[in-house]
Amino acid sequence: MTRLTLVVALLVLSACEAEENEVVLRPAMATEGSAYTLSDLAPDRFSFGSEADEERIAMWDIDVRPDGEGLPTGSGTVAEGEAIYAVHCMACHGPTGAEGPYDVLVGTEPWEEWPGARTVGAYWPYATTLYDFIHRAMPQLTPGILTPDETYGVIAYILYLNGIVPEDGVMNEETLPAVAMPARDRFVPDDREGGPEVR
Amino acid sequence: MDRPYLSRRAWITTASGVIAAGLLKTQADAIKLVAQVPANAPDPTKTPGRPTSEVGQRAPGEQPRRLARNQELSSSSRTPLQDLHGIITPSDLHFERHHAGIPNILSENHELLIHGMLDRPMVFKMADLMRYPSVSRIHFLECSGNGGGVYSRDRMPTEVTAQDIDGLLSTSEWTGVPLSWVLREVGVRPGASWILAEGGDAAMMSRSVPLEKAMDDALLAYGQNGEAIRPEQGYPVRLLLPGWEGNINVKWLRRIEITDRPTMTKDETSKYTDPLPGGVARQFSFIMDAKSVITFPSYPYVLPESGWWEVKGLAWSGRGRITRVEISTDGGRDWVDAELQPPVLSKATVRFRHLWNWNGRESVVLSRATDETGYVQPTVHQLWEARGERTSYHQNHQRAWKVASTGEVTFGLGDLV
Repeated sequence: MTRLTLVVALLVLSACEAEENEVVLRPAMATEGSAYTLSDLAPDRFSFGSEADEERIAMWDIDVRPDGEGLPTGSGTVAEGEAIYAVHCMACHGPTGAEGPYDVLVGTEPWEEWPGARTVGAYWPYATTLYDFIHRAMPQLTPGILTPDETYGVIAYILYLNGIVPEDGVMNEETLPAVAMPARDRFVPDDREGGPEVR
Repeated sequence: MDRPYLSRRAWITTASGVIAAGLLKTQADAIKLVAQVPANAPDPTKTPGRPTSEVGQRAPGEQPRRLARNQELSSSSRTPLQDLHGIITPSDLHFERHHAGIPNILSENHELLIHGMLDRPMVFKMADLMRYPSVSRIHFLECSGNGGGVYSRDRMPTEVTAQDIDGLLSTSEWTGVPLSWVLREVGVRPGASWILAEGGDAAMMSRSVPLEKAMDDALLAYGQNGEAIRPEQGYPVRLLLPGWEGNINVKWLRRIEITDRPTMTKDETSKYTDPLPGGVARQFSFIMDAKSVITFPSYPYVLPESGWWEVKGLAWSGRGRITRVEISTDGGRDWVDAELQPPVLSKATVRFRHLWNWNGRESVVLSRATDETGYVQPTVHQLWEARGERTSYHQNHQRAWKVASTGEVTFGLGDLV
């Protein structure tokens, strides 16, 4: 199998789709290429709903992308993160992140054929995903309780436990997207396409 | 599920009563004897029945149940496939998969924000969405983890039900507004190629979806089988992406952001990706390939005697229509076409049937589905060869049931590996 990195494939994919979408999305052309047929009676725009202002969008727009877009200003150290981890994370993820009982976070041994547990060190391709996920969904019983500084800190600590950042490491909106994750180039696009071949 | 297992002796005792009464021996006879109305129930022709009611209920002897193994916040429950008829899953038996429990959301408070690479960011109340023209479509939903329990060569079970194995599959008639009809009027900008869909639950479950799919057949679904979508299924509105793995059909949908790249959320990186041989993992494996499962005969049914039995089950493909289902009753040596029960719909389950004259000898019964792309449901050996034996998700290989000469049915794939 050709070991394409996903980013190359996605850039190609994005370029193709952009060309198509310029055609597809013109309102008057409505839903060409769609599985559904909109009535000929339909206007170009129904204009239902209300426009969302910047403030409203900012309140809900919480996702964080691999290039760091969406990361808030803030900073946290490994040491700060260790204290936060002990209070908010340890009960589910174990004293060193490797024990569970829930998702195992820490595992640093490189894999050749198959990953073991899907740990941050062995399997997660992007460090930014830690911010995105922890901020939206952790701790499970009190999601959203951590401040940006605390979130950066606990990420620094988890990355430190995985041997990815040093003990004096600091995570912030600049350093987090720059973290080189060991599994970064492990992921390949789906090559299944129907037809007789089993993939 | 707690249906008592019926021993062969008990079966014959009760079944002989059915034969004596001249009743047709059917699948229903086989199991309903277990939980039948007591023989001393009053003669219904001599006693008036109960009056009308505002909400109906199932017959006392018909109590199918989801299989809910634990009470974790991030958990699942499974549809009792072996108890159901036709293709529609009763809404209260639709499988569940939640990542932080089922949120309490009032429809009148719920809002959907659509923003990002577009000219007019919008907020929609449910009344706004429901004012759009709507469509209804019958589609299956299947968790990509479905069937994971019957993939390992070393841990192939025998005493498992179709529900245990493949109960993370359900089919509903979904009603909603095509996402493309909403997006066409917000001014999506050139260069946009993905959306991020985010739920309003405590996990704010989120997935990236190619814009191409959003503009094809994505639905903002608020109706399920004629009523408002169930809370467990995303009330008041969910994203429905026909034919795609369950996880990406984001429930309790509250935000869509138009982007030019995937967000790389936790569920599309560390979770719903599929390790392959060679140290790589398949990502964005959205489509559920063609698959079929026999729901009768299956464990824990017992066939009390040889003779005519209808082999039946469900087949589906995330790539379109099922064109053929074949049945083997001899462990995969010979195959015959099953009947496909109309309607045969795209990206929906189809019920198949095959009339089988069982000779009373040990038999291994299999099904295999073919879809309109020409894809044939593979054997487990084919999947192992293509993906290795330790991959995760999308395990759509042929299932097998062994009917012993005693009539007892167990999962039979282990005998073929």
